[in-house]
Amino acid sequence: MEASPLAKPPQFDCRVAFAETLSELAGLDERIVAVCNDSVGSSNLVAFQKRFPERLINVGIAEQNMVGVAAGLAIGGFIPFVCAAAPFLTGRALEQVKVDVAYNGLPVVLCGMSPGVAYGELGPTHHSIEDLSWMRAIDGLAIVVPADPAQTSAAVKWAAAAGIPCYLRVGRTKVASVSPDPANAFTFGKIGVLREGRDLTIAATGVMVSRALAAAEELERRGLQARVLNVATVKPLDEAAIIAAARETGAIVTIEEAMIEGGLGAAIAEVVVRHAPAPMRLLGIKGFAPTGAAEFLFDHFGLNAQGLVAAALELKGR
Amino acid sequence: MQSEETLSVSSPKPTGTTTLATDLAPTLGASQRNAELRLRATEVRRSLVQMIGQARMGHVGGDLSVTDILATLFFGVLRLDPQAPRAPGRDRFILSKGHCSAALYATLAHRGFFSTDALSTFMQPLSALNGHPNRRKVAGVEANTGPLGHGLPIGVGCAIAAKLARAAWRTYVVLGDGELQEGSNWEAAMSAGHRGLDNLVAIVDRNRLQQGARTEDTNRLEPLGDKWRAFGWDVVDCDGHDHGALYEALTAPQEGRPRCIIARTIKGKGVSFIEDRVEWHHKVPSPEQIELALKELA
Repeated sequence: MEASPLAKPPQFDCRVAFAETLSELAGLDERIVAVCNDSVGSSNLVAFQKRFPERLINVGIAEQNMVGVAAGLAIGGFIPFVCAAAPFLTGRALEQVKVDVAYNGLPVVLCGMSPGVAYGELGPTHHSIEDLSWMRAIDGLAIVVPADPAQTSAAVKWAAAAGIPCYLRVGRTKVASVSPDPANAFTFGKIGVLREGRDLTIAATGVMVSRALAAAEELERRGLQARVLNVATVKPLDEAAIIAAARETGAIVTIEEAMIEGGLGAAIAEVVVRHAPAPMRLLGIKGFAPTGAAEFLFDHFGLNAQGLVAAALELKGR
Repeated sequence: MQSEETLSVSSPKPTGTTTLATDLAPTLGASQRNAELRLRATEVRRSLVQMIGQARMGHVGGDLSVTDILATLFFGVLRLDPQAPRAPGRDRFILSKGHCSAALYATLAHRGFFSTDALSTFMQPLSALNGHPNRRKVAGVEANTGPLGHGLPIGVGCAIAAKLARAAWRTYVVLGDGELQEGSNWEAAMSAGHRGLDNLVAIVDRNRLQQGARTEDTNRLEPLGDKWRAFGWDVVDCDGHDHGALYEALTAPQEGRPRCIIARTIKGKGVSFIEDRVEWHHKVPSPEQIELALKELA
């Protein structure tokens, strides 16, 4: 089967919207600071640093200190955005995320940049495929995964005002614009229904959302109407939308750029099995990746429209 | 599920009416101040021994070694208002060796953050007074600590915050000596030295013992002062049970550098049969030993 063309070509790097919005907010609110680990360039913070040199706190290559410092800045009255490559932020500093940020209940926004397999050929050391599972298990930590630039910008604005510990997963892989109403692209805790359908549901997050839309178009050609859910808040999960999808469509396929164990699919399954049991298929990363660029690895793990279509057809017994 | 308790004064002050000050007047003469600090330290020691005796749990050795440091800070140095524990201009204090929560709780209660009656709930079901401190439950606790090597990075963040805000409040972090084996401390030490955070003081409770053995037999710390100096810190070595020496070290002007006070202490200080013995890291005194300890701490 040929890959379905995406409705719109992928062209946006969400880090750009992230950095622009953060600078804009910092201009309005002196409490906003960025904390990073020698990641000024990779977090797109060069412009921020130019505009607010004092408020860009680069602790060097020291992730545990980075997260602790952010917690201290919050205790001192600031709103820190920790900007670091997702694998090192969530892996190296996991205990600081748990204790210094979440258990303390501090308004620190942990921005996991370039998550999933975005670093492609650099290999599994630089892939952040466990972060959703790890972060989900931490009490009181919200998880937000924007799907396009409009959502990224809105999510940054929400996070700055929310006053709670948050993990914001900011994609590097280019994405298409998927928000039907860019002016209202993100509501915390709410799932966006991007496409209605009664035959099955595809629930996707982050860079996988545009692939879910492409799969839904292909399924329509094959006579199946797929509902497409954009799960931008992975935690707390919009249980009502999940239960409605399970009851009204009777089958759910999930897709995420992360390990299946404990990620989005697992989160949805926890709701479905309790409130509205329905057959599911969970698509995600299946282990340490071989060498290859991100797009190659998506295809390798079946994280594309074809993979979704195949899972959907199998689930519907076709 | 039953909900946990929280602890604070019964009538916190409204914002804007806080009085941030040390407990003892800064104008007090040195000998009078030291005498007062000695009294408060003894009260704290008596309380923590009773707490551990009742709970049948705790870290009595480290609690007793850190008591004089805590007493000097909370009664003589820190500018706080117990009735407004989150006043923005307060000094920040972080106990990185969070397992010595009994000493911290006793100090906070005697400083007026909550009633000393509450100390009897130490480690009881649903008590706010957990084995490790929780800022969301206990007024006066600035950061939740327990896993070692977390306090100094948080303190560095606080000190940067005060610099950014051009604020006069200062940050103090008490570290165990054993916990200096955690690498995160040195990430933070490097950061503070690089930034010249002269509004930050780290106090090392140098009792030379860790849970299982002497620090120098486990993973050598010496030459400890040289290590801190190499990271850009101003280092002061003092007797960690001498309130006058501690007060001087904590209040002497700082210029351009963070300060590390290596406070030479005795684990179990004040109770003869506990002093300087490895086995008293978290061993619990018997009821008879509690009585003996309280007699020694009269």
